[in-house]
Amino acid sequence: MGTTLAEKLWESHLVRKGTDGAPDLIYIDLHMCHEVTSAQAFEGLRIAGRTVRRPDLTIATEDHNTPTLDIDQPIADETSRIQIQTLRDNAKEFGVRIHSLGDADQGVVHVVGPQLGLTMPGMTVVCGDSHTSTHGAFGALAFGIGTSEVEHVLATQTLPLAPFKTMAINVDGDLPEGTTAKDIILAVITKIGTGGGQGYVLEYRGAAIRALSQEARMTVCNMSIEAGARAGLIAPDETTFEYVKGRPHAPEGADWDAAVADWKQLVTDEDATFDAEVNLNAADLEPFITWGTNPGQGAPLSASVPDPEDFADADQREAAANALKYMGLTPGTPFREVAIDTVFLGSCTNGRIEDLRAAADIIAGREKAPNTRFLVVPGSARVRLQAEAEGLDKVFLDFGAEWRNAGCSMCLGMNPDQLAPQERSASTSNRNFEGRQGKGGRTHLVSPLVAAATAVRGTLSSPADLEPAAALA
Amino acid sequence: MEKFTTHTGIGVPLRRSNVDTDQIIPAVYLKRVTRTGFEDALFAAWRGDENFILNQPAYKAGSVLVAGPDFGTGSSREHAVWALKDYGFKVVIASRFADIFRGNSGKQGLLAAIVEQSDIELLWKALEAEPGKELTVSLEDRTVSCGDITVQFEIDDYVRWRLMEGLDDIGLSLQHEEDITAFEKTRAAWRPKTLPEKTEPKQEIVAARPVK
Repeated sequence: MGTTLAEKLWESHLVRKGTDGAPDLIYIDLHMCHEVTSAQAFEGLRIAGRTVRRPDLTIATEDHNTPTLDIDQPIADETSRIQIQTLRDNAKEFGVRIHSLGDADQGVVHVVGPQLGLTMPGMTVVCGDSHTSTHGAFGALAFGIGTSEVEHVLATQTLPLAPFKTMAINVDGDLPEGTTAKDIILAVITKIGTGGGQGYVLEYRGAAIRALSQEARMTVCNMSIEAGARAGLIAPDETTFEYVKGRPHAPEGADWDAAVADWKQLVTDEDATFDAEVNLNAADLEPFITWGTNPGQGAPLSASVPDPEDFADADQREAAANALKYMGLTPGTPFREVAIDTVFLGSCTNGRIEDLRAAADIIAGREKAPNTRFLVVPGSARVRLQAEAEGLDKVFLDFGAEWRNAGCSMCLGMNPDQLAPQERSASTSNRNFEGRQGKGGRTHLVSPLVAAATAVRGTLSSPADLEPAAALA
Repeated sequence: MEKFTTHTGIGVPLRRSNVDTDQIIPAVYLKRVTRTGFEDALFAAWRGDENFILNQPAYKAGSVLVAGPDFGTGSSREHAVWALKDYGFKVVIASRFADIFRGNSGKQGLLAAIVEQSDIELLWKALEAEPGKELTVSLEDRTVSCGDITVQFEIDDYVRWRLMEGLDDIGLSLQHEEDITAFEKTRAAWRPKTLPEKTEPKQEIVAARPVK
């Protein structure tokens, strides 16, 4: 019987098969670090007198609590400043490469790895951040780890792991105009729930996935964790190889040929079976948003705020009632009438150049809704530079948006970019938990297209709700 | 790590599902660089509400949390486990845990015990009927006892063994260093290395300024 892609990746990184119930020991090809989850790991190494086994397979960047304004000034918040300085000190002490604030390669760790060409097919990639699943879009086994595991990888370049189960997410059909990779993954999460993927590695398959660009595939894999899965992946193809080719760390010459020959083997065999399968038709999708306080509480934008009484399951009913209370929403209100205070475009989910281009295309020549703030935070300093080279910064600034420096920013509000209590956002990020974007803040997760259209109309909107571009003077 | 065999302590019924890591410890508390001292951060937003269960005197000294399904969803922050431990929790009981949270718990000596939801309901009722009631959790027998109720819990065999022996993962893996070295010799030369550093040409990054 054949094997799945996830199983192939596992087998090819097996250092030692576990016996007597012990987990397998898996080799890690790339370990990315950031300031929030690494300090205590380096402290652990120091206490135990251990070193970093493979600094040449390790990279650090500053992202979670870096400011997006005045980055040439000392960081105002003392604890953020200390945490970032601690990362810099640890990188220096242990010989780890670091891209600090102000460096052209600084940015959200999951944007930086792929853009440097450090993320490639067939790898194992870890980081002390749950959205490491992003890198699965290259056909890599990529997953988030806790700080103890960060320490473990630093010390041994391996992780003891129990095998995952496999789940196929088959997305066939063509995505309708105005829908995106974000709508696919939000629909998947709503369908299987925030716990539906627990214990699984998801493999996204089907025509709609194959048709996505490499960056769009990253958006899909990124939110695998919101479905409860440890990792999500997509078999690499020409789209992937083209994206990797020519990047700073991409193989060259004969190495490139050897690499591509290897990568072409990275598919699920036709006779392989998955532990579970989920089917979705992309043609049925429309712009999707979340209305609640977990990413599984989503609905099409064309719908209305649900009535908790309509949920058959008692637990879901209570969760929906709690969520609506927190979100300040009344059942029956059409989503298109929900007024938005702040639009956030950015994050490891939707902070790449294609996301900025897509949003800029929508807003070009239009005016921002007067009472809506629009924050544009590129995923990395390189993305910002690229956008500026294309003149996108001008489009955003002319529209009335704020054009910020790179980082995680309002996705999780660890820096000053936070929502005020009761402030409502349409956010291209990945989590709508209570208080995620600021204490009392209310988050609706959306695609970059919905974010842009919402910034124009001031209420949750899709590009189809805007007057045609041709009509603009 | 301390060895874990049995624990007896006050049970705290937390009747909520999907208790995510942002609720367990909000992101603002993640900026610290130490491994301890997170007790004040645990459930920080909810603790502002005087009716929250840990604000009720009978439960304040709780050490066994009995929660709804999908506990610990969300981020990989191990701080969630540190905050629970620093507060004094030794055991969290739920019918389902997020994978990363459960993994982190095992590494830090916090027992994440999986109990059927119908049994959770029994425990909740017993604990609410007599606030401050103690539970006994036996890792050896995989049971939770509360008065005359005894229910089974599930835990991975290997995690159980490590918790009972109090063993450190890194030390265990380093026993296989020869295997790691042998594996490294088989890796293809084209696999990427972060060093020496390669980048696009360096460019100056202009600092964004606040909008007037």
